[in-house]
Amino acid sequence: MNKIIEKTDLSENVVKMVIDAPAIAKKRKAGQFIILKMNEKGERIPLTIVDSDAAAGTVTIIFQIVGKTTAMLADAKAGDMIADVQGPLGNPTEIENFGTVVCVGGGVGVGVVYPIAVALKKAGNKVISIIGARTKDLLILEEETKKVSDRLIVTTDDGSYGFHGFVSQALQNVIDEGEKISRVFAIGPVPMMRVVCNVTRPCNIKTVVSLNSIMVDATGMCGACRVSVGGETKFTCVDGPEFDGHKVDFDLLTSRLRMYASEEKQAFDNYRCECHGK
Amino acid sequence: MENEPKKKKREKLPRHKMPEQQPLERIKNFNEVPLGYSEETAMAEASRCIQCKKPTCVTGCPVDVDIPAFVKLISEGKFIEAAHKLKETNCLPAVCGRVCPQEDQCEKFCILAKKEESVAIGRLERFAADYERNSGQVSIPEIPARNGKKIAVIGAGPSGLTIAGDLIKLGYDVTVYEALHKAGGVLVYGIPEFRLPKSIVEAEVRYLEKLGVKIETNSVIGRLKTVDELFDEGFHAVYIAVGAGAPVFMNIPGENASGIYSANEYLTRSNLMKAYLFPEYDTPIVRGKNVAVIGGGNVAMDSVRTALRLGAENAYIIYRRTEVEMPARIEEVHHAQQEGVQFKLLTNPVEYISDKNGWVTGVKCIRMELGEPDASGRRRPVPVKDSEFVIDVDTVVVAVGTMANPIVPATTKGLETNKQGYIITKDEKGETTRKGVYAGGDIVTGSATVILAMGAGRKAAGAIHEYLLGNKETPS
Repeated sequence: MNKIIEKTDLSENVVKMVIDAPAIAKKRKAGQFIILKMNEKGERIPLTIVDSDAAAGTVTIIFQIVGKTTAMLADAKAGDMIADVQGPLGNPTEIENFGTVVCVGGGVGVGVVYPIAVALKKAGNKVISIIGARTKDLLILEEETKKVSDRLIVTTDDGSYGFHGFVSQALQNVIDEGEKISRVFAIGPVPMMRVVCNVTRPCNIKTVVSLNSIMVDATGMCGACRVSVGGETKFTCVDGPEFDGHKVDFDLLTSRLRMYASEEKQAFDNYRCECHGK
Repeated sequence: MENEPKKKKREKLPRHKMPEQQPLERIKNFNEVPLGYSEETAMAEASRCIQCKKPTCVTGCPVDVDIPAFVKLISEGKFIEAAHKLKETNCLPAVCGRVCPQEDQCEKFCILAKKEESVAIGRLERFAADYERNSGQVSIPEIPARNGKKIAVIGAGPSGLTIAGDLIKLGYDVTVYEALHKAGGVLVYGIPEFRLPKSIVEAEVRYLEKLGVKIETNSVIGRLKTVDELFDEGFHAVYIAVGAGAPVFMNIPGENASGIYSANEYLTRSNLMKAYLFPEYDTPIVRGKNVAVIGGGNVAMDSVRTALRLGAENAYIIYRRTEVEMPARIEEVHHAQQEGVQFKLLTNPVEYISDKNGWVTGVKCIRMELGEPDASGRRRPVPVKDSEFVIDVDTVVVAVGTMANPIVPATTKGLETNKQGYIITKDEKGETTRKGVYAGGDIVTGSATVILAMGAGRKAAGAIHEYLLGNKETPS
């Protein structure tokens, strides 16, 4: 059982939560994730650790309400307990001084790329961050990202704030300016990561993506999270979650993410009905 | 039959059948298939045992259960006492009575088997353990004072639970680290409810906790803590029993399509996460209409019978050899046949076909024939040229085996593994190349049985006891 210490709504459907998890907080590195299960009947879902405080014994997560489990989590309050939190899982991000790096985050993916930007900055990189959202109200972690970046570009799809367009277009502009980029980290919705990879591939800029495959045990036992990378089958949970984006089969990832679309909708709808009934 | 004079005739009494749910009824539920002996049947079956002076049955038992003694107690109606006798050497009798391959162990060596049928030792074991559990008279043995030595056990499966039970009774302070959110290992994630009700495993785990065993769930050793860190924390010895949990795929084209599962995933969803009760439980599982399970072992049988219970209209076993070579227990194959599973033997998948959404629609197979014996002594299956054909499916479960999970070995300095990644031990007591670190169960042997994993735990308990306190007595 892990206690929720603090909960903050970052936007209409994105929540930041600080959870008591001392052992995980002590070990966790940028890029790693936890598996969380709300209660006895709950599903196990992976969520990236955004931040940790070893002294306070806490980890921070940021999640978007996309289904029943995340909705239940969003409905929980500070002081409530989460039945199971397992981690830290997955391989930490490879961090070194690469030179100039670009951290690209889309939507809730900004929360995932943020700790990587922090670690890259600490390692001495020049960090350019490009963060985007559909519209201004959905943009998260702008201030935090600004603090760890040498340059911050904000984009919105609808032009309500910052650059009017996609993060991939902003990245293209940075490349076109002639900036010598050693590595790109791109995390967000699958279509966004795919497009970013399409931008960096012709320029041969190594691009790391973090995949959000469906998982069950997250220790390499089940293979639910298998993806194809450079024609080889990999397990996101133990071989990833980060991979060379130029080698990822995004079509396969997309179709496997849809495997339970109807069941997920059913569970989510049932939950919302029950909640409104109360 | 029960009125026949016992003394003269008892040897000739036929082995008593155990009542079970009818096939057409049971494929609509996940309840246990065999229903267990009544008290009368158990006593009658137990009376078939001729109480050999040198019981050969015991030699077939990996944990040396005093079989004649517990069977005699049942024949006398002393059911609780029989359970206690079992528990002297086997901390999980309700589990073993259900999932042990008795036909290859104790019952194989029963003297009666030479002339007629062996005593139904497994069914009697199950009966005694169930009787005790249901009676509410589960007694907690006296535990000696703590001896100040701390043991960390990695993995709460059959091997880890056995060693924990043995060492706590010897006075050790035992902590079991389990990666998943629930203890039991394969007993909770792998073996289906209809073969091993999860309430039984829970009761066994609770019993160990009452003895003082600490169980830390959600603890992935290698990630949360390393073995070295466990020693730093003050543990005096570590037992690694993490199983052979990584799934094997065949690496044939199309195998990553949606609708294709490893048996580990399919069974974990259904058993551990209770996806068969979706949407009451949150974890979904694909309820396929046409389901193919690849493989011929017990895990394949568990998967295909799960598929039937999830509503499959056609449930296939696709196996590259014949029924004779199938590694599954005869009883399991028989149950699957009764339930309507279709066996596609001498058949091997070569490719999966998918629709435009990436969902599997067919498995392309090739016919096989048996050639010369291979390393395992079984005749090697050889493809028949130009014999490909397609079976229409919407769900596939790949149950062709498992391999070592590298997380613990890879993060433990000085722990040697073989080419396949299994931990090397000096002998059957589980001593590894790293001082103070012992290992047993599937992570040493590769996938085997529950009882062999338990036997390894028992032997390692003796070895650790000797290592830490110089005591050569084996635990009882």
